[in-house]
Amino acid sequence: MRTRVWSRHVLLLSSALLLTGCNLVQSPLNPVSPQARDLLWLFWIFSAVLAAIWLAVMLALLMSLRARRDVGTDPLAADPHRESRATMLVAGLAVATGLTVLVLTGLSFAGQRRLFGNETAAVTIRVLGHQWWWEFQYEDPDPSRRFNTANEIHVPVGQPVLIKLESTDVIHSFWVPSLMGKVDLIPGRQNILRFTAERAGIYRGQCAEFCGLQHAKMGMLVVVDEPEAFAQWRDAQVQPRLEPATDEARAGEQAFVAAPCSMCHQVRGTGAAGRNGPELTHVGSRRTLAAGTLPMSRGNLAAWIVDPHGIKPGVNMPLVKLDPGELNTISAYLEGLK
Amino acid sequence: MRSHALIALLAGAALVGCQREERQARPSPVGSETQEQVALAPLSPGEPGPTTYTSGKAKEFEGNAYHLSQGKKLFVWFNCNGCHGSGGGGMGPALMDDRWIYGGSIENIVQTIREGRPNGMPSFRGRVPDDQIWELAAYVRSMSGNAPSSAAPARSDSLHSHPAENRQSPSPPIAGGIVPPSAEKPQ
Repeated sequence: MRTRVWSRHVLLLSSALLLTGCNLVQSPLNPVSPQARDLLWLFWIFSAVLAAIWLAVMLALLMSLRARRDVGTDPLAADPHRESRATMLVAGLAVATGLTVLVLTGLSFAGQRRLFGNETAAVTIRVLGHQWWWEFQYEDPDPSRRFNTANEIHVPVGQPVLIKLESTDVIHSFWVPSLMGKVDLIPGRQNILRFTAERAGIYRGQCAEFCGLQHAKMGMLVVVDEPEAFAQWRDAQVQPRLEPATDEARAGEQAFVAAPCSMCHQVRGTGAAGRNGPELTHVGSRRTLAAGTLPMSRGNLAAWIVDPHGIKPGVNMPLVKLDPGELNTISAYLEGLK
Repeated sequence: MRSHALIALLAGAALVGCQREERQARPSPVGSETQEQVALAPLSPGEPGPTTYTSGKAKEFEGNAYHLSQGKKLFVWFNCNGCHGSGGGGMGPALMDDRWIYGGSIENIVQTIREGRPNGMPSFRGRVPDDQIWELAAYVRSMSGNAPSSAAPARSDSLHSHPAENRQSPSPPIAGGIVPPSAEKPQ
């Protein structure tokens, strides 16, 4: 009785785990770029071939366990006929193993060619990994069109994107499963990654290399826009911050620049020019807060400022001394930075 | 029997490895800026010497590896090295020697960072949270070897002009110090 209850629990739990596969926001099973599709194709080929081999081995094992043979009087006597057949079989299997490995290697090589392709990119983004957030620098030949943002990138549909990966502290790994395979960010060197998104939508990414206390809460969003929407977004991001429209927001800006916030955060167009934390010039236009941890809202902004260590223990954002009025106006101000 | 005792002893000794530095991931709420009252001179009228008051926060920060390494990071983040170099000095005085114009205790350094000093040192009151000032001050002391070598930072992320802080030989503070060139003429 007990075992039955137990096995039912295990069954329930494992079927619940299967449900996570339905999440298409962050899943390699939902490829939306040629690169991710190549990887998925490799994944299925390898899984099918290896599963077939595993099944064959298990079957052979079962058959040999069930087979009965009359050993006769001398169990050690060798039958030359049987011996030569066995030798042939083992040799044949060894050759088959070697061939399988060779074929899989060839497939893997062929399947990854597009990952390391060399097409000219329409958009180039330099990614800097920090503990525990992502800095994105959009590059442009025209210096006045360059800008920084954090934790959320927009890319146009159908245009090749080049990602340059660097780290400022420890090793991180950049992984948006629907768009590409993971590539590490290594201090002191630059890695390259390319992808072309084929369908508009929002895809979640995640740091895929353990990088410290808040590794799990180091997420990002990749928003794939139609080219016109992307151009619009880019033009807006290049601009300095929106002038605060209300008295509340104006007071918030004054408080923000005078508070410790400005030691680490930049809001272009104000005196806040710190470069140690995420750029906040257009923070209100982002969908999430604290590297994909909270949805963007005025309440969450206030919560994050009041208690960053309750939400992400160990985070580098310090607890700062603000009075309630300042907190209120600063969160209103930040929310309005669209 | 003897070997059993030896094994028990070794196992007991291994327990020492369980001792781990406590790191407070969620600092206590603010509102309490420390108000250190430290004298710069040992002299005062009357009998018992200068009246001082310290909050006791020094103990929490001085030998703590986490706070020291945070201080090392903040030293670069807040551009201390812009004037002090990586401790060797530049526009501002050197920090890795034993001379202290405004006192070499951690409380003195906290005051120096918070209030600023004449001839160039800015005041960071209200710009750097209290705990971070203490972390910076603890790290500044480790530059001249005034931090336990078991806790002081052992490596740098970039090239450094001097050995790691935990290999700095201790140089107890001497009051006074060398007047930096910027202080010789009024600005």
